[in-house]
Amino acid sequence: MIKQLHEKLINKEISATELTQDYLSRIKNKNPILNAFITITEKQALEQAQKIDKEILNKKEISMLAGIPASIKDLIMTKGIQTTAGSKILENYIAPYDATVVKKLKQQGIVILGKNNCDEFAMGGSGENSGFGATKNPYNLTRVPGGTSSGSAAAVSADLSVYSIASDTGGSVRQPSAFCGTVGFKPTYGAISRFGLIADASSLDQIGIISKSVEDAEIVFNFIKGRDLLDSTSLEFPISKKQFPNKFQFPISKKDLKNLKIGVPKEYFTHLRQGYGGQVSGLDKEVETAVKNVIKKCEKLGAEIISVSLPNTEYALAVYYIIQPSEAPANLARFDGIRYGKSKIKNQKSKVKSIFEVYSKTRAKYFGDEVKRRIMLGTYALSAGYFDAYYKKAQKVRTLIKQDFEKVFSQDKIDLLITPTTPTPAFKLGEKTADPLQMYLQDIFTVPVNVAGLPAISIPCGKTKNLSSGRQGNLPIGAQLIGSWGKEEILFEVGKVLENDL
Amino acid sequence: MTTRKKMISKKEVKHIAKLARLDLSEQEIEKYQKQLGSILNYVEKLQEVNTDGIKTADGGIRNLENVWREDKNELGIMNYESGDLIKMAPEVEKEQVKVKKIL
Repeated sequence: MIKQLHEKLINKEISATELTQDYLSRIKNKNPILNAFITITEKQALEQAQKIDKEILNKKEISMLAGIPASIKDLIMTKGIQTTAGSKILENYIAPYDATVVKKLKQQGIVILGKNNCDEFAMGGSGENSGFGATKNPYNLTRVPGGTSSGSAAAVSADLSVYSIASDTGGSVRQPSAFCGTVGFKPTYGAISRFGLIADASSLDQIGIISKSVEDAEIVFNFIKGRDLLDSTSLEFPISKKQFPNKFQFPISKKDLKNLKIGVPKEYFTHLRQGYGGQVSGLDKEVETAVKNVIKKCEKLGAEIISVSLPNTEYALAVYYIIQPSEAPANLARFDGIRYGKSKIKNQKSKVKSIFEVYSKTRAKYFGDEVKRRIMLGTYALSAGYFDAYYKKAQKVRTLIKQDFEKVFSQDKIDLLITPTTPTPAFKLGEKTADPLQMYLQDIFTVPVNVAGLPAISIPCGKTKNLSSGRQGNLPIGAQLIGSWGKEEILFEVGKVLENDL
Repeated sequence: MTTRKKMISKKEVKHIAKLARLDLSEQEIEKYQKQLGSILNYVEKLQEVNTDGIKTADGGIRNLENVWREDKNELGIMNYESGDLIKMAPEVEKEQVKVKKIL
């Protein structure tokens, strides 16, 4: 889509201003229903579009991304624009600088339409935890769009934005993409600088892209990847052999997938959810069928399909729900009612006297339910006497999960894995809000990827039919392709072959 | 392996809330007592994994090493002024962030 729009811009079939107005008018029509944007930056967007139009008129060479309207998850800092992280504690907070990713995109001349709604501080799986109201699924307004990049996926899905820069800590780019029928790409940990991304859990957080096509995700990724002095965990591109020793050659032609080895991890196709309160529920039948069709398609195109095992998969979610809540409170400690954001410090009537009360009353008032729950959980897991049993144990099992993936990529010589992105299609608004664990279980196929730091992409692979089980049809389904460390190219190549064919 | 039921007392919840600097209401304490218990029960399943001799993971990155740079001021690459940051504080006096007394 980006390529085609770029062609139209340079051939003067459409101006950047017209293109931007087109998107802005759709936002005006649909955002009151979808709630995909917290902030709409109409004025800045039109000014930027006019600037690009002038450049085109003056026959200046423009970037592929110049004049293309995009949006940014509200967890990412945008200078001079309200940046809330979906939290009431940051309502009216104006970011004093740009995230590295935003800086890089501005250098390419992109048009920023606004900031996308998201679950507060990127915690949640449904978009319902935003302090600014839930986002709705464009395919069905009674369903969740997924989360935490809820507004990003809904906006791209409903053509309110060409692509959105989002973030993925446990599936927050891929899961809403599966629910909204968009492409969701999460690169290798460190591939895109996290400077200016409001931190959730630092060893898991990664900036990603939600777009209409795999090609678009690839185009944007190539502009924003790479080492950044302001993020010590960011990676040099091309990635060094030392860091990612697996050899890699391009076996793929545009038409077939010969010489490609695809692993199908059996643990992703069985009943993973045993052991919680006696509840056993597996992969949704329609999701299973749709993903298996993708695998069949790959086989038809010449790929070798191999059943593989990732034996520690069933522990990934438990590992995640110790590590994420343990890391997040340290990052959220900065919201103390003193440095920035909302505060109880000024409230004379409420008898806030000590600094302790400034902290505890500010945080209790302005943090939402899920954020408080995770802070409590992590503080417990790290408290005296529990550290070894929870955090240290989880970090050891994390090593085992990484080793499972290393084994299939190096010993079994698998090029990529195919799995469902989510166990079910989009669920109903309010369906899982009362039971946090049921909500967490939605992340079961996406979290292992963050735990191991791998790249993965969710691509649309069909929609549900009208069902007898009371479920409405026409809900998107996503297939997840997981690659080895630093091997995002193979995901793009296979993704592009598949999206033309599915 | 059957996992033992994890219980967390109200007193513990209050202690954790204090450590976390969260002034929770009585209703919240009751709710989190129940929910934390249920989540802790779920993560308890990690205890069945044998991790003898396994090292703890070093984060999301592979082969993590120290990252060094020359000791010179590279703040020029950041695009903000300190005044912009101070302006964001809820209470400011004479261009300084104001806090309650600490001692």
